[in-house]
Amino acid sequence: MATQAVPQLERREPLWTRIPVLTHVRMSVGVQRVMLVVGLSLTGIFLVLAVFAPLMAPFGYSQIADASGGFPTQDPPSAKHLWGTTVGGFDVFSRVVWGAQTAVLVIVVAVALSIFAGVALGLASGYIGGWLDRILVVIADAVYAFPSLLVAIVMSIVISHGQSSLWGGIFAAAISITVVFIPQYFRVVRAEAIRLKAEPFVESAKVIGASSWRIMARHIFRNATRSIPLIFTLNASEAILTLAGLGFLGFGIEPTSASEWGFDLNKAISDVTAGIWWTGVFPGLAIVLTVLGLTLVGESMNDLSDAKLRARGRKRTTTAGAKGARTAAPQGVSSPESEGGKA
Amino acid sequence: MSEQLDVRSSAPAETVLDIDDLEVSFATDTGEVRAVRGVSLDVRAGEVVAVVGESGSGKTVTAKTILGLLPETATSSGAVVIKGQNVVALTPAKLRELRGRDVAMVFQEPSTALNPVFTVGWQIMEGLRAHRARGGGGKGGRRVGRKEARERAVEALRKVGIPDPEKRVDYYPHQFSGGQKQRVVIAAALALDPELIVADEPTTALDVTVQAEILELLRDLRDLYGTSIVLITHNMGVVADLADRVVVMYQGEVVEEAPVRTLFAEPRDDYTRRLLAAVPHLGRDSASEGATERLHQGGEVLVEAKELEIVYPGRLGSPAFRAVDGVSFTVSAGEVFGLVGESGSGKTTIGRAIAGLNRATGGSLSVLGHEMVGFSERAFRPLRKDIGFVFQDPAASFNPQLTIGECVAEPLVVHLDLEPAQLRRRVGELLESVQLPASYASRYPHELSGGQRQRASLARALALEPRLLIADEPTSALDVSVQAKVLELFREIQAELGFAALFISHDLAVVDQLSHWVGVLYKGRLVEQGIGSRVMNAPQDEYTKRLIASLPVPDPVEQAERRKAHRALLGG
Repeated sequence: MATQAVPQLERREPLWTRIPVLTHVRMSVGVQRVMLVVGLSLTGIFLVLAVFAPLMAPFGYSQIADASGGFPTQDPPSAKHLWGTTVGGFDVFSRVVWGAQTAVLVIVVAVALSIFAGVALGLASGYIGGWLDRILVVIADAVYAFPSLLVAIVMSIVISHGQSSLWGGIFAAAISITVVFIPQYFRVVRAEAIRLKAEPFVESAKVIGASSWRIMARHIFRNATRSIPLIFTLNASEAILTLAGLGFLGFGIEPTSASEWGFDLNKAISDVTAGIWWTGVFPGLAIVLTVLGLTLVGESMNDLSDAKLRARGRKRTTTAGAKGARTAAPQGVSSPESEGGKA
Repeated sequence: MSEQLDVRSSAPAETVLDIDDLEVSFATDTGEVRAVRGVSLDVRAGEVVAVVGESGSGKTVTAKTILGLLPETATSSGAVVIKGQNVVALTPAKLRELRGRDVAMVFQEPSTALNPVFTVGWQIMEGLRAHRARGGGGKGGRRVGRKEARERAVEALRKVGIPDPEKRVDYYPHQFSGGQKQRVVIAAALALDPELIVADEPTTALDVTVQAEILELLRDLRDLYGTSIVLITHNMGVVADLADRVVVMYQGEVVEEAPVRTLFAEPRDDYTRRLLAAVPHLGRDSASEGATERLHQGGEVLVEAKELEIVYPGRLGSPAFRAVDGVSFTVSAGEVFGLVGESGSGKTTIGRAIAGLNRATGGSLSVLGHEMVGFSERAFRPLRKDIGFVFQDPAASFNPQLTIGECVAEPLVVHLDLEPAQLRRRVGELLESVQLPASYASRYPHELSGGQRQRASLARALALEPRLLIADEPTSALDVSVQAKVLELFREIQAELGFAALFISHDLAVVDQLSHWVGVLYKGRLVEQGIGSRVMNAPQDEYTKRLIASLPVPDPVEQAERRKAHRALLGG
């Protein structure tokens, strides 16, 4: 057979080229690359702030005094307090840095809680189908119909009775977000499972006599979860917004237990009319930039994962005038819209 | 090149299309792929030029370039000249003007080429509106009235042989059958009287009996209206039936160009010769050649269907669909039973019911002694190790996340309790038995070609040495040369291991090559069964006769005779 002569292919590409985000950067070009890199940088800054908050913040999140005495209140930005201080005497810069940590914790807990339940329910619902599927879909739809912030408020009351400690607050926010997110993972995985159920490779496993459990775990799970990193990034930004919304409405975390951007924004409302801009602008910017960063990463990954939306680098080929007069100028970028025309 | 010049001097007709040194390349993730490399060909008025080649030969890309339909990722150079205009260099606006008026396209899949929410008349008139309304359309250059457009649409439908066109111009696409839809697509292409039609696999999605009608229609277009046709196809039978001149493409290049009879009689290029040798030819190389009675009748009866019925429940308000209706047959140990039929005949449904993928709803279907009507998965599971199944699409029947070795090992893992080392050895043996190197076990499905994947699929089906193998169109997704190899392998392994097989296919010639006994299905009924060579040479049933007559043989001389002989039959 001719097949013997085929040289041994590389077994699998090295690990670093298979990590989702890195592969996306490698295959992106032009505007898509710029979007992705900007998103990744913003997200990177956010993560660095969160991890190294104790080192980077000059003061603690609830610190209102140091060795030289109490902090001034509503002090404009100065050398000591880079972004000024709030009405309570907190250092704005420190609170923004510490706030990143809270946000990351909430994202991690919320996603960890929702991803497992969502994926497991989605797999079972999609593959097994029948009445189980119908009931789960109705529940998911019911949860969808709730405004997510309302669910979050109810949950935070149920969990912590309106009180808040650091972890109590984080869990209240995270669990309330989880409730809203489970249906999202559920839907995506269920749709994939239903599609995959009819694929020949699943049928061939069935014909072999593999059990439903084995088919779900080995064949459907690994193929159905490919779009999860994408939902993860999009959900992460939504988690931050929900947390900030909760904080803004006063259901967040008390300033003495952790720093939280939404709460700070809430406290900054009265400052605005007094011309004190620094207490509102910086936490607000932190929210906007973090959400923007995560959304950019998510959207770029979405575009790049779809072969139809992905832009590719093109090499212009030019014929060396061999065909002289007959050949009109070679068309490197001949007709971008031609396919959209009348076909 | 000399051949080409001969042809040119002998035929003085006007040149409609002239492709000169066309190069097309695509930017992909793995770098630039050159799909078409320096292709030159020309088409004269009233001529059918077939461009043949296997997948990846660049034939479809060439066709799309003629209408400027390349995707954004493509880069092209060279010249495609239609009426003095180079398509490759035209602006989008000029290109739109050219499409439909000077050159039109017929697509492969008629059901997706028509928009389901508009009437067919509307879709035919769309072309008229697009060109005349702009005023500069060339012919007339004035606004076409609603009434006139409608008349022209009716006229176009009549041209393509749609009965009662005045009424049916207001029908929606779903009210037509597949073949009629393709006629409508051709009518839409004809609406503006283009000199050239590019037909990209126009009959591939159709059944043979319908294919014969469409080929007849295309022939009429050439003979009656002098329309030139560029026919893109991989089916040598279609080429033999319709083409005047053939261009053979291989890996983006033209390897041979010749008048159709010359090409089939004396192919000069090596590749063309191999290609022609691989094409299955009805009536040659039959597995049941010389057999006078049914073989393998002493053995155990593995599958027995008695008045089998399979009914799909209808949706709310629509009646249930009877896919299989009163079918009786047996498959004995060691026998290859070929099941032929067109789409919707119920052949796949029967195969899937035997494997327990569909439910049999009436009559009786006994598989390895187990009654499949009302079966429970749990009770049937132990028997599954005696049944192998080969699916149609080799690309989709492997889990893309697992290696070939893991996929082939799956039945062993499920049913046997083997040590990892034993498992590896067995997988190696299996792969070698289907002529794949054992080292392929560590590859992923996408790293294998279609033919290699289908062989691996056979290895998986045979892993537990089943007594019954069900092969559902195992070669219809493959190129002919690959198909020939896979069929040969299948034949060898079957002879060696002696398992019984149910071989399901729409291709009569392929079924005849493998099967001892052939059953012909039509609309859920088994209309005829018998020894393969006898069914093919002396069909008894009216439908079987029509089916066999419709199949174009890959030989232009023989096909011309067949066409004459069967015209009466096909017409009725």
